[in-house]
Amino acid sequence: MKRIGIDVGGTNTDVVLVADGKVVHGVKAPTTADVTSGIVAAIDALAAAVDIGQGVDAVMVGTTHFVNAVVQRRRLNPVAAIRIALPATSDLPPFTGWPADLAGQTQGGAWLIEGGHDYDGRRFMPLDLAAARRAAHEIRERGLRCAAVTAMFSPLDASDEEALAQLLREECPGLAVTCSHRIGGIGLLERENAAILNASLIELAGETVRAFEQAKARLGITAPLFVTQNDGTVAEAARAVAYPIFSFASGPTNSMRGAAYLSGLKEAIVVDVGGTTSDFGHLRQGFPREANAAVHVGGVRTLFRMPDLISIGLGGGSLVDAATHRVGPLSVGYRLTEEALVFGGKTLTATDIAVAAGLLDLGERSRVAQLPAAMVRAVLARTTEMVEEQVDRVKVDAGDVTLIAVGGGAFLVPDALQGVARVVRVEHGGCANAVGAAIAQVSGEVDQVFQGKTRAEAIALSRELADARAIEAGADPRSLALVEAEDTPIAYLPGNAMRVRVKVVGDIQAR
Amino acid sequence: MRALTADDIEALAVGAWILGTGGGGSPYHALLALRRLYAQGRHVDLIGVDEVADDDAVAVVSVMGAPLVILERLVDSRQIARAVSAMEEHLGRKFKAVMAIEIGGGNGMQPLLAASQLGIPVVDADAMGRAYPEAQMTSFAVGNLAPSPLTSIDPRGSEVIVSKTPTWKWMERTSRKVCTEFGSIAATCKAPRSGAEVRRWGIAGTTTKAIQLGRAVREAQRRHDDPIEAILQTESGRRLFSGKVIEVERRTTEGFLRGRTVFDGLGVDRGAKVELNFQNEWTVLWRDGRPVVSTPELICVLDSESGEAIGTETIRYGQRVTVIVLPAAAVFLTPRGLEHVGPRAFGYDIDFQPVFGS
Repeated sequence: MKRIGIDVGGTNTDVVLVADGKVVHGVKAPTTADVTSGIVAAIDALAAAVDIGQGVDAVMVGTTHFVNAVVQRRRLNPVAAIRIALPATSDLPPFTGWPADLAGQTQGGAWLIEGGHDYDGRRFMPLDLAAARRAAHEIRERGLRCAAVTAMFSPLDASDEEALAQLLREECPGLAVTCSHRIGGIGLLERENAAILNASLIELAGETVRAFEQAKARLGITAPLFVTQNDGTVAEAARAVAYPIFSFASGPTNSMRGAAYLSGLKEAIVVDVGGTTSDFGHLRQGFPREANAAVHVGGVRTLFRMPDLISIGLGGGSLVDAATHRVGPLSVGYRLTEEALVFGGKTLTATDIAVAAGLLDLGERSRVAQLPAAMVRAVLARTTEMVEEQVDRVKVDAGDVTLIAVGGGAFLVPDALQGVARVVRVEHGGCANAVGAAIAQVSGEVDQVFQGKTRAEAIALSRELADARAIEAGADPRSLALVEAEDTPIAYLPGNAMRVRVKVVGDIQAR
Repeated sequence: MRALTADDIEALAVGAWILGTGGGGSPYHALLALRRLYAQGRHVDLIGVDEVADDDAVAVVSVMGAPLVILERLVDSRQIARAVSAMEEHLGRKFKAVMAIEIGGGNGMQPLLAASQLGIPVVDADAMGRAYPEAQMTSFAVGNLAPSPLTSIDPRGSEVIVSKTPTWKWMERTSRKVCTEFGSIAATCKAPRSGAEVRRWGIAGTTTKAIQLGRAVREAQRRHDDPIEAILQTESGRRLFSGKVIEVERRTTEGFLRGRTVFDGLGVDRGAKVELNFQNEWTVLWRDGRPVVSTPELICVLDSESGEAIGTETIRYGQRVTVIVLPAAAVFLTPRGLEHVGPRAFGYDIDFQPVFGS
């Protein structure tokens, strides 16, 4: 097995070559505005350092490009939002609660039609096909190219969304349709919001992935391209272009997966300390635990598979107040090598404190020699407290945990921490994100409400469905393993109702 | 009478969630719907209980249902308004105003949604002063007022009138059954109340109270002050415990979310532990095996930093929380009131020991 893992972050593009389960080499290059030339430069640097040779099996790319497009409000397409839920929900039509600027760019129109299901799988209303055809006609007339379809309780019964998507594709040739049940679970507004955001990014995703393919071709690599997902798995490029929203959090996720791989640990807390922020997450069976609550993206409330992360303003470039010993949240960011004291700058940063304390050898140590030792100790005590508090927040139960510290600023994490049994540091920890991309697998998952079934039956049914979805996504059926099974009883509903979430992962099917 | 402003509505959503004492459902959807109705030029008037004449009819509304179903069916101002109109048709007379059965959670906002459609004012009162899980847990039930009739509405056109039940418990059973058939959600108009009944048995001023609470939190957040201190000052509440969640246990029995959570003390409470039980809402707080505070007093669990309320469905390990207690409505502190909503009504073999007043 030989793979190239690439993580395109806001500041750096990291590339690693992984062969036969070992990290051969990793390099960093600045991220470029066009993304592609940064990747080419990084892979060129990799090729200059080691012989990539023949027989690369796969290229795995993680990118923050799509989520940045939402946050920065650029390159978004107007979306036709069709909701199947009348006569309910008309008080809160699509785009309700969106920031005006984002709605202005993405609102291609909203159509509400009758149909959908109830929580127990019974039909809520028959799907109004005549209204669906009228909507399709109007969408075609307006020349819209992207659509998002959301039906009531579609995570339980997706038939109405699928029927409408089929009709739209027939009536509006070339229309890209996102079905909400492929994106998120129960919670109509949040699932719909996520589906609309996804649809608005479809064209950008297509272009970006084509650019990745071109970069790969220019380097003469013929191996297939995969795009990393929020849950730490990958999707084939052809599938990934349809779901750009699933790569929103791939950066921190890849770091966590890389940390798991490099350390050989499957149950641990991971902290990725960068230049500006530290991301804390919980590894469960080698994967980041998923958030179970709404996540705001670009000011929009959404609900889809996202890792449960806590970010705080602590990094190598964090500003330090010598008087109050406060650290962050502001940071000098990528200007560290100009502004930090050890590089001859005028700003006291966390990096300067670490150099003064002898935790790190960077720049000119003599420039921080005059910092009062008591102040340095006090600042380090403060950063230790910050790390301890966040580690505790991401824990799921009491008891000491293992903490894996990765990222360029990992020197800020001390070896002894309250609530932490041991701190693990790994080789290549600075490019854990690209390693996480390189080693990613494919997944299948289910989030459904069951009634009148035993817990075991419900989980078994979910498992079957999840397996089928993973295989459809390109997994080798023999390699499938269960990584998450969670059932939650539901208040007020009769018949022992429970919500079951199941996720399986498997290796990519060799071709 | 005063017109509620858009800012009042934002504050009401925050305050109603705090008064939900862990349950009552999120007011978020109702807030979104009201923002939209206000943007369209509609508005809602609030009147005090003294502005209702003795023989005026007042509609009492709520949405019954499972929180999970509400996540898909959302809110609907026309449905809750239709529940009121259906009751008017049944009674053959018009309502002068509408009020909430419970101010806590999303149901604290439902009268505003109905009023925005019907053009009648909202009465500044409810029948719980918080949220409770069952129909007989109201001041109206304590006052032995008639439990029926009730209208229950489904958006697909089904409308059920429960014209007569002998007791509040029967009303709970019958209306719950209808609600289940409708998909575990129904817009309802409860037994209508006369102005005299609202004044005698309603809990006055609770909409204003929720608005004031919400405003205190929002202003403290804006000024970067301690929002919890602001809540305690607004409502003469008491801080009971600050700590972090170290255990959560949930189970669904008889259609209720029951369970317990344990907090480990931080700051002045370092070294201490408390246990908090719940049945949809928070019920009893225990310290060293002894009850510290219980229903009917309002136990609120707040995020220690933001001051925002945390619900029994979403509380989880590691959260930093502050438990506060707010005074209960006087009507529930009587022997008869305690029969309906005291700790024994929730299956605890303990006497109610008030934190306030004695």
